Amino acid sequence: MSLLRRFLRTPEAVAGALILAALVAMALAAPLLFPRDPLSIAGPALLPPFQDWSLPLGTDRLGRDVLAELFHGARTSIAVGLAAAATSIAIGATIGTLAGFAGGLTDEVLMRITDAFQTVPGFLLALAFVSVVGPSLAVVVIAIALGAWTGPARVARAEVLSIRERDYVASARVIGMHPLEIAFREVLPNALPPVLALSSIIVAAAILVEAALSFLGLGDPNRVTWGGMIAEGRAVLRSAPFLSIIPGIALVLTVLGVYLAGEGFVEASAARKRQS
Amino acid sequence: MSAPLLTATGLRKRFDSRGRAVDALDDVSFEVAPGETLALVGPSGSGKTTAARALMRLTELDGGEVRFDSEDLLALKGARLRAVRARLQMVFQDPRAAFNPRATVARVLDDPLRIHGIVPRARRPEAIAQLLRRVGLSPDLATRAIHDISGGQRQRVAIARAIATHPRLIVLDEAVSALDVSVRGQILELLLDLQRSQDIAYLFISHDLGVVRAIAHRVAIMDKGRIVETGGAAGVIANPQSSTGQALVAAAPKLRHRG
Amino acid sequence: MSVRLTVEKLGVSYRGDGRETEVLKDVSFELRAGERLAIIGESGSGKSTLALAIAGLLPAGSRVDGNVRWPELGRQPINGRDLGFVFQDPSSSLNPVLTIGEQIAEVVRAHLGMAWREAYAHAEMLLGRVRLPDPASALRAFPHQLSGGQRQRVAIAEAIAARPSLLIADEATSALDTIVQADIVKLIEELVVEDGVSLMFISHDIALASQIADRIAVFRHGRLVEIGEAEQIVDAPREAYTKSLLAAHMGLDTPSLLSPEAVA
Repeated sequence: MSLLRRFLRTPEAVAGALILAALVAMALAAPLLFPRDPLSIAGPALLPPFQDWSLPLGTDRLGRDVLAELFHGARTSIAVGLAAAATSIAIGATIGTLAGFAGGLTDEVLMRITDAFQTVPGFLLALAFVSVVGPSLAVVVIAIALGAWTGPARVARAEVLSIRERDYVASARVIGMHPLEIAFREVLPNALPPVLALSSIIVAAAILVEAALSFLGLGDPNRVTWGGMIAEGRAVLRSAPFLSIIPGIALVLTVLGVYLAGEGFVEASAARKRQS
Repeated sequence: MSAPLLTATGLRKRFDSRGRAVDALDDVSFEVAPGETLALVGPSGSGKTTAARALMRLTELDGGEVRFDSEDLLALKGARLRAVRARLQMVFQDPRAAFNPRATVARVLDDPLRIHGIVPRARRPEAIAQLLRRVGLSPDLATRAIHDISGGQRQRVAIARAIATHPRLIVLDEAVSALDVSVRGQILELLLDLQRSQDIAYLFISHDLGVVRAIAHRVAIMDKGRIVETGGAAGVIANPQSSTGQALVAAAPKLRHRG
Repeated sequence: MSVRLTVEKLGVSYRGDGRETEVLKDVSFELRAGERLAIIGESGSGKSTLALAIAGLLPAGSRVDGNVRWPELGRQPINGRDLGFVFQDPSSSLNPVLTIGEQIAEVVRAHLGMAWREAYAHAEMLLGRVRLPDPASALRAFPHQLSGGQRQRVAIAEAIAARPSLLIADEATSALDTIVQADIVKLIEELVVEDGVSLMFISHDIALASQIADRIAVFRHGRLVEIGEAEQIVDAPREAYTKSLLAAHMGLDTPSLLSPEAVA
């Protein structure tokens, strides 16, 4: 049975996939449905939702269209989430593979560095990095990856430790393959599946960290972000709670969707492995 | 006989097993002449696989010396060791485990040709086809995934990969033990044919005396990390002197005939 | 002798990826009480599927035609009680976190209804029967502390613990070296004779099979090619496939493949 059919069998996975599909559709449709700059003024300030159907979710303190902000914010969340996960998995898998394959002193040094990064809370690391280098989308991505690569590194190392004892690695050494080629061509691709299984958790965490950074005013100032919207609404939390609640719900749904779809994917591939 | 191709002298290796030191190799010495098959035979734990892996530098020894093709094999490192590997190859027991599960037949044959610069890239597909034909396989097999071909075909591919670099010695570690009996005979014939045409020497690791008798010139019987008996294969098997040799002969499965 | 097991027109198909693969086709034979039957075949012959089908251990989703009957029992057999199973890899059938004594005593308790103390004594007796040196201390050992051959002896002790009427040994000696293999085969033969158990000895090695079996059944591509007395199969095989298996056997009397001057 194909992976996709297995995946679609579990209701949670389907729910997750639907949420993600909606999110991606929002991100893609944002420039088409709301071609104007989402940060420009669209109407009167603090218009509540469902009053004016040209501004269905109302406006914020500066009179900006909340729905347009929500759509454009989805772009930021997806971009940051995926880029941060890809970066941290790339860094983590590389370091984990080198540590596990080389062993000895290299392993010791790399794993102590990993320990050091892991003991500092990821969010603090991101906060410090962004405040020093200055907020921009790329910096935010690197800042999040800085705290998130340790998990993939550990999983990759554990996997590599078992793979490097296999006959096909011995066979690669026997034909005279360079150790770096063995590590990255023979070992790493076979160590990746459990590392990739972490990606949904990392994407979800990255979206939350990005929102938190934006909430603290450390997001990219030229982009709409859901965290920024929540922060923006905080000043008028009593009079206009919807300004914080709407992006908050979007955030919760997104993280939930990523998590459910990720779990479903891991389950489906595990089931396929059992069958074969 | 001509000068030995490989001389192993005083090989020593000690493992820690459950807090107890075990001598996997205890002063093991042997020689292999060019174009000769030496079988290392013994029960499990006798040290024969450790000896094979040590020669391939997959396991580091505690002591001893190995001269291969007039080089000090154990002293070689890095690029020089990798270069020597072209002349010293190995075929593993389980052809399924010995290949990257993601590889295709073409890729596993391309690797040795590329690494040792034997054939320029443009002519490699033809060289791969030739290798496949040499081991009795169709060149069409090149595009197939390794996990998608039969066990016998896989072991032929493993042999093709080993001979790609024109080695002088191939270590065969239980290389036919996992194969069906009908396939086993064909693979042994192939190995003998390669030996005759390319003067390859084999170090044949096995616990199966029947197979050893069929293809080995000489045999060395190992037990508990030591070589307990050596000699011509037919002679040793017909009239073993050591107790291990006698036990192996007695234990070899024999067809029960009428009467 | 009474008939212990009747296999009638047995067919098994596995379903997977939308395809159905027939692994056993139209297999019929009888196994008598106390008889030792060897099942010989190469990979893909269906010999292991046959064992699983008889033990009722086929994976979910497999389709079974025909039937397997136990005339003496008159009911479906209970695994462990009526039927003992020894697999190729003893480490996969033994629980790594239980001592040898706990595992065997558990089987004894479950099937013979003994109390723990009695069951342990029985387990020690069984370990003695499979010739494990020092059964008393082996009771307290964990599987990883034993060698491959010793683990296989423990697996055999567990398989015969409840005095089953059929013992199935599926490539039970294939992972062992020839010396240990010969010992284990001898042990199985002795136990089977002493207890009057019927034996199904599944193997790829026709010589080994001929040493232990009364009758040999040769399988190929899921079909029963030929079945007969062991000596008849070895000396006067009827089928070309059996002949080719015999020809492929490499014994100590097989001529060397090397040229004569090379062996001298």
